Amino acid sequence: MKNTAYYETKKILVNTLIHSFLLAVAVTCIFPLLWMVACSLKTQEEIFKNMSLIPTGWHFENYYKAWVQGGFGRFFINSIIYTVSVVIGIIIISSMAAYAFSRLQFPGKNILFYMFMAAMMIPIPGSFVPLYVLLNKLHLRNTAIGYILCMINVGLSTSIFLLKTFFDKMPKELEDAARIDGCSKIGIWRHVALPLAKPVLAVVVVFNVLNVWNEYVLALVIFDSRSLMPLQVALTSFQGEFVTNYPLLMAGLTITALPVIIVYLLMQKYIVKGVTQGAVVG
Amino acid sequence: MRIKETLENYVFVLPAVAIFVIFYIIPFIWVFQLGLFEWDGILPTKIFVGLSNFKEILFDRTWWQSMGNVGYITLIALTFQNIIAFMLAWACDREIRAKNFYRLIFFIPPVLSEVVVGLVWQWILDGNYGLLNYWLHGMGLHNWARNWLSDPQTALTAVAIVHCWKGFGSGFLIFLAGLQTIPRELYEAARVDGANAWQTFKNVTAPLMIPVAVIVAILTILGSMQAFVLINAMTRGGPAYHTEVPVLRILSSMRGSSRFGYACAQGISFGVILMAISFVQYKLSKKARA
Repeated sequence: MKNTAYYETKKILVNTLIHSFLLAVAVTCIFPLLWMVACSLKTQEEIFKNMSLIPTGWHFENYYKAWVQGGFGRFFINSIIYTVSVVIGIIIISSMAAYAFSRLQFPGKNILFYMFMAAMMIPIPGSFVPLYVLLNKLHLRNTAIGYILCMINVGLSTSIFLLKTFFDKMPKELEDAARIDGCSKIGIWRHVALPLAKPVLAVVVVFNVLNVWNEYVLALVIFDSRSLMPLQVALTSFQGEFVTNYPLLMAGLTITALPVIIVYLLMQKYIVKGVTQGAVVG
Repeated sequence: MRIKETLENYVFVLPAVAIFVIFYIIPFIWVFQLGLFEWDGILPTKIFVGLSNFKEILFDRTWWQSMGNVGYITLIALTFQNIIAFMLAWACDREIRAKNFYRLIFFIPPVLSEVVVGLVWQWILDGNYGLLNYWLHGMGLHNWARNWLSDPQTALTAVAIVHCWKGFGSGFLIFLAGLQTIPRELYEAARVDGANAWQTFKNVTAPLMIPVAVIVAILTILGSMQAFVLINAMTRGGPAYHTEVPVLRILSSMRGSSRFGYACAQGISFGVILMAISFVQYKLSKKARA
């Protein structure tokens, strides 16, 4: 009897230790974000004195100021435009290519596919230098379309890989049936393959949404005009202006982080899938 | 008919290949070409200088200092960050009840942008009004409080720890996925044989986790070596190059000094080093598995 009591106590003790460890790390993950939101609701004077998580007054007007005077409304819309265009582009282009690599026959197919895969493995630090030169030559620097095309290229290889892996495992019967019914290849891709690929398309969408929304260096190098900048670049380039106004900076940070957190909370299972699958590639 | 069909099939890959050739292959070739020139990025004339850009790198003290800094950050990420990530994954693997909750929380830092993370932490670590110093004073540790990001003694470590804070969630997720593939019967068998927790870990968990650990290590090294956005947001490489990293050097060769050729040469040298590291790791992991 004494023995079981001993083991019970030991088990409870170990579990308490494990839970406190997990909980402590969880708090350090969340706390900086709560602090960011708290500071965004304080006044300029309060932010240097009141070190509490709860502001004395809820100054939501900071958000209005950041949105209108700080220009974050404009930057937010820019980020939305870039993210949506790039993701739509990637979905169409990579799913067509992945379908062809999986199902269709043409000379050079394997070489082309391995080319995309090699791009995933070879790191080119500083690839923004030649891209800047290229966009300059094409007169696409400091334009939205130049940035969008670059970012489509960034997401292409991984998306093709994820989609091809899915198409390879997809049963062929439905496509055969559609072909017998006289469906064209494009029709099969559009009406059979794409709808079946919804779960993996979700992974591709989430992965690329986060990637484009959080992208920094290409946007920094490509855009000169303030009116074209996405949120991330705007945050650092106007950080200097906001140094005297921390509540506005914190409001800007919250505006930038919130969409990502929402997308993450809604699509968490696809992100987990993407990370664990992506790791298998590497 | 056959030719028409083949052409039709090419249409499917054409957009992807076109974008890939223009925005990946051509810039890739240009990096090697530009590395041999001295060019300010604007003038139509480029001066061919052969390998002198690469020779210059050998004697570029700031460049090697930045390599040392990023090596230090990578080392901390490899040890501190990955050990924490593994311990958390191991704890979550045992304790099933709140597993999904912790998994949800731990992956929040990795989905945030480096700019957001950098600026929030910069504010927390601020020397005059930062929360960390406020707490240290509150606990009576007045000597501990300092200007974390402008003090040359602490800046690099502070940046490295924030880097770990941002990154441990990915390692955690991969470790947890790996741990969950271990059949429960193995643990059961070990228990029946009278193995204690440590023996079970050493003889069951650890050997099966080596391939996963190698993947995490490769991803950590490649990610940490190329880190710079977070650092740029926190310190801009300062104070006096104490947190300078290679990609920031490339960026400032291009934008600060307008030396496009030198920037490309730096990119190539650094890329070769990265490839060599991941190749060695890959070989070692094959050996470990065999």
